[in-house]
Amino acid sequence: MPSPPLDDFIAAAAATLDLPLDPAWQASIKANLEVTLRHAATVAEFPLPDEAEPAPVFRA
Amino acid sequence: MSKDFTWSTGSEIAAAVASVETTALAVTEQALAVIAARNPTLNAFTAVTAERARAKAKAVDATGDKSKLPLAGVPFAVKNLFDIEGLATVAGSKVNRAHAPAKRDAELIERMEKAGAVLVGALNMGEYAYDFTGENVHDGPSRNPHDFTRMTGGSSGGSGGAVGGGMVPIALGSDTNGSIRVPSSLCGIFGLKPTYGRLTRARSFPFVGSLDHLGPFARSVRDLAISYDVMQGFDADDAACVDRPQESASPFLTRGLEGLRVAVAGGYFRKGASPEALGALDGVAKALNARDVEIPQAARARAAAYVITATEGAALHLERLRKQANDFDPAVRDRLIAGAMVPSTLVVKAQIFRRWYREQVLALFKDCDVILAPSTPVTAPKLGQQNFTLDGVEMPVRANMGLYTQPISFIGLPVVAVPVALKPLPIGLQIIAAPWREEVALRVAYALEQMGAVSAPRPNL
Repeated sequence: MPSPPLDDFIAAAAATLDLPLDPAWQASIKANLEVTLRHAATVAEFPLPDEAEPAPVFRA
Repeated sequence: MSKDFTWSTGSEIAAAVASVETTALAVTEQALAVIAARNPTLNAFTAVTAERARAKAKAVDATGDKSKLPLAGVPFAVKNLFDIEGLATVAGSKVNRAHAPAKRDAELIERMEKAGAVLVGALNMGEYAYDFTGENVHDGPSRNPHDFTRMTGGSSGGSGGAVGGGMVPIALGSDTNGSIRVPSSLCGIFGLKPTYGRLTRARSFPFVGSLDHLGPFARSVRDLAISYDVMQGFDADDAACVDRPQESASPFLTRGLEGLRVAVAGGYFRKGASPEALGALDGVAKALNARDVEIPQAARARAAAYVITATEGAALHLERLRKQANDFDPAVRDRLIAGAMVPSTLVVKAQIFRRWYREQVLALFKDCDVILAPSTPVTAPKLGQQNFTLDGVEMPVRANMGLYTQPISFIGLPVVAVPVALKPLPIGLQIIAAPWREEVALRVAYALEQMGAVSAPRPNL
């Protein structure tokens, strides 16, 4: 049975980043990644002009 | 027998020491005795620096004019991510216990002690500050002084428990997404998260460099203001610390509310709030004659803060995750490993949104001086509670206690967290000001304290 895409992504990312990936952690890492990607998608879909600058070093 | 200062404020203690009504050493011995008696229950302290505290107290007592020391003989303690000379800075972790002892105190400890305060120990916290519960798998949970079966909130859980439980009048903690404001709410005390870049973070263990703030907890607004004032000042050892002149807040406290325009955040900041949170908010908003305001795109701001936290935190801990993953709290480990895998394009998007959002929120301050919002959606959950239901949706406690704090720290605004003494458990509100206007938020908090609308309730211990 093929793995869902996020499982494949997690396996590839762990190997690429040289991170340990115990099978017992997989479900929890996947759940956390799903939440973070969902949050990221709500931000990324918000339309802003090409000229909008990031705030990498933030100053209030 | 000397007077009992257990529930005295720092300013009361300093006045008593300055007038030689008591000595710093006597106050220190009392604090150490209270810590020894209550810590087995509250689990707020992970280290007690008794000998150092006695030596410092004797030095304060030997000082000629103690009235020049605004915190003369005032015991305080710090979240265990602050460097304390001679101790490893554990930051709530098992991994850091192998670190060499710190060679020098954190800069904020040095500034507090220069003002006469006496460090009595290091405080429990959620591992690496990635936490809103105050629970810790290595040291055990911080326990709420109002109900030992409940959370303090986190990640500065020991700071909340130590101040709320009468072990010290003042503590220091850190706030990346709400870690000062959440425990202030759950433990029923005051907290100040200053403007990003105001107080130096030199010689403290980081979490998310672009979001980390340090600040004080106390049982009175005046104590917040005094400790904040003595900790101000540029420090080149913190890359984010801004070179601004000293802007003391204490002289402004008693100016009252006249001329101040107060707003209360609606929309996102009411969604999911419990009846307790809404009742506390509405009561204070009414007392201040606040008008409604909508903070635009607050949900997206919270989402962007979430993404930046996960990824910057993962970058900080990447090497430790590679080599010592089994030594982490599993809940923290899995969040950080997931954070390491988030594509960088999405992080840049979050940083672009951050600048846009900042401009929108700063525009609101043209028409108001402070904005009120809840600190937490609920009062203290039970220890070990995994989920709660907000607005009909079940979600994890650990990640969601900061729903209302994250959109504010995301753009570095100063906030005074104030406690509303509900029974049986207190809950906190945020008084949010424009950047560098801490004194306005403190002035409103002080006025509310004088009215009796907010106060730190004393638990039955």
